[in-house]
Amino acid sequence: MFGRPNLYTSYEQESQIFSTWTQKVLAAFGILLLFLLPFDIPAITTKIPGTGWLADIPVLGRVFSWSIGDGIPLVRFLGDADWLRPMTTVFMLAIAALGLNILSGVAGQVSLGHAFFMGVGACTGVFLGGESSEALYGLGLPIWIWLPGAGIAAVLIGIIVSPVAVKLRGLYLAIVTLGLVFVGIHLGNTSWGRKIAGPPALGRKYPELDIRLWKEEDPLINVSDDGRWLWFDVTDAQKRYLLYLVLAIAFAFVAKNIIRSRTGRALQAIRDRDIAAEVMGVPEFKYKLIAFAISSFFAGVAGALFAALSGQILAEAFGLFLSVEFIAILLIGGAGTTSGTLIGTFFVVMIPQFVEEITKWLDKSEGPIGGTVGELILTDGSGDLGVINTSTVTPGWTLSVFDWNIVLFGVLIIVFLIVEPLGLFGIWVKVRNYWKRWPFSY
Amino acid sequence: MSESGTPLLELSEVTLRFGGVTAINDVSFSVADKELFAIIGPNGAGKTSIFNTISQVYRPQEGDIRWRGDSIMGTRPDRIAKLGIARTFQNIELFPQMTVIDNLLTGHHVRMQRSWLAGALWFGPAKAEEIASRRKVEDIIDFLEIGRWRKHPVALLPYGFQKRVELGRALAMEPELLLLDEPVAGMNLEETEDMARFILDIQRELGISMVLVEHDMGLVMDIADRVMVLDFGTKIAEGTPAEVQNDPAVIAAYLGSEFASTSEASKT
Ligand SMILES: Nc1ncnc2c1ncn2[C@@H]1O[C@H](COP(=O)(O)OP(=O)(O)OP(=O)(O)O)[C@@H](O)[C@H]1O
Ligand SMILES: [Mg+2]
Repeated sequence: MFGRPNLYTSYEQESQIFSTWTQKVLAAFGILLLFLLPFDIPAITTKIPGTGWLADIPVLGRVFSWSIGDGIPLVRFLGDADWLRPMTTVFMLAIAALGLNILSGVAGQVSLGHAFFMGVGACTGVFLGGESSEALYGLGLPIWIWLPGAGIAAVLIGIIVSPVAVKLRGLYLAIVTLGLVFVGIHLGNTSWGRKIAGPPALGRKYPELDIRLWKEEDPLINVSDDGRWLWFDVTDAQKRYLLYLVLAIAFAFVAKNIIRSRTGRALQAIRDRDIAAEVMGVPEFKYKLIAFAISSFFAGVAGALFAALSGQILAEAFGLFLSVEFIAILLIGGAGTTSGTLIGTFFVVMIPQFVEEITKWLDKSEGPIGGTVGELILTDGSGDLGVINTSTVTPGWTLSVFDWNIVLFGVLIIVFLIVEPLGLFGIWVKVRNYWKRWPFSY
Repeated sequence: MSESGTPLLELSEVTLRFGGVTAINDVSFSVADKELFAIIGPNGAGKTSIFNTISQVYRPQEGDIRWRGDSIMGTRPDRIAKLGIARTFQNIELFPQMTVIDNLLTGHHVRMQRSWLAGALWFGPAKAEEIASRRKVEDIIDFLEIGRWRKHPVALLPYGFQKRVELGRALAMEPELLLLDEPVAGMNLEETEDMARFILDIQRELGISMVLVEHDMGLVMDIADRVMVLDFGTKIAEGTPAEVQNDPAVIAAYLGSEFASTSEASKT
């Protein structure tokens, strides 16, 4: 137990995701924290005089924002709705990124078409889950059908293109899959696509997240309105956060299992040495197909969750920028690792948030002016797409926040490629190894 | 095991061409159960190409290759592996970013059953199989004395140990026939002796047949049961180590053409 960290009592223990006590405690603590984040926690009961300025610090100040009403100060974490939403987006996007990590990080098949498969999932999700009307198609089915259905639809479309995809590698695969993104945008804008996605900029009623057996009035678990869960009052935003968190944990577990088992090793083998892998008994095409299917399934599910979160789908939201965001996630987090993918998603979604926060703070006196980013992005506050942030153009800044994000991602991709190809995960491993060896550094 | 009379592996009149180059020219030989069969020959003689035709990475234009009497021509490489033919490579082809354990487990892939779906759920059959495989792999690690490296990415290992890991990965496939392409190339005397010991143990204790390609004549003559000599893709001799050593054609091929005329003009 204590002593040499590399000594394990059995292979069974060693095969666990969190194999040491330290890891187990840290993981349990981290997951608990994630579950508590959306709630206000009455931590400090008396207001300490002269500490009001804490709330003004950008980013960090969020934690100290003093509460409303009777003057009881709270530690707020994400109680604030405009931070709850990006975190929910992190979970949704993490599911898609975990899928791409298996295809690109583990199996080495770089795909730029991930956004397309998310789009397929989004359309299927709203079609299966959304209500129909004369202008729209929809079946109004419950979540346990539309969510896996979205994943399966993406897999089926993936299988149609896979005969080409598994034969290609490297740049060729990247370009062919990139083509899918443009095909997807085009299809989404046909009249037929609009009947599923809803009219442009208006969207449609998104699929219900409520958990129902069938189409009954009262759901088993109500996710779409404010209400009580067990002994707690929970808002709809908090409910969504919790549902997406649970789903993200489930998908992370599945992704990790695939990577640490027979299939994951086969995929890595193909990535590293395809001919040797075949001679070792790993059928290349079969495993590339499996990787492709798994990745599409994850993307499809995430796409449907995307639609349910944003309340509308726009073909352009599943464009090249989203695909590039995924590449940034993998590169920043550390391609090939589950934890790296999760960290990468967090950064890629939250960085724009920080940027916005800091821009606002820098220009507090004048205040942000709600701006335009271009036709692509909806700036309707409540219904923004979450992934691509609504923009605020502040006077004196020539670039919008959205522009800054693109520049930032570009720079980060380049920096990580050059400085730390293993991403944040690689940095973490280095730090960890340093402390393991401490005080013997070499 | 195999019926008497049917060899484990049999190549008959195999010819492999790359454009104008004939890498293997009408070569026939067979390997019996539990035999250690060596192939020697100068650089570019076609030894590695023979391995590649057995693995079906290369498809020979003519001839037939039979495994326990059945033709394996046109079979996919991964199926060949499943039949029980494992190999190592002349230039190490390990999966560099994986640890020693994972490299060996990947070798064991072919003997594992659980699908990706079972793996995704982990608990139950997949986990049980992973742990059982891990046990087998650890036995191989102990056998090859590479325990201290087990959790290191193989790219970080010294060359000699990488060669051992590659042998381990092939053993993890639980083969009946092992193709070893220059297992001691670039090794010092001590490492060569260790490797020779492993090879003999594999033959005697595990009962695995082997085809050994090697330039180290001392090693080949010491441990091989039979030796085949190739030159320019053509078989020029076959027999016990002693027979081959004294064959004039072999001497000519190895020492150069000026000796060919003086010893015997068996090669034109
Ligand atoms: N993929 C290929 N394409 C074209 N020619 C090839 C290919 N593989 C092998 N050859 C040719 O076939 C001949 C035999 O090569 P092979 O690698 O089998 O020799 P070898 O006996 O293993 O030599 P060495 O002792 O140097 O390993 C050589 O002339 C080589 O150039
Ligand atoms: Mg060779």
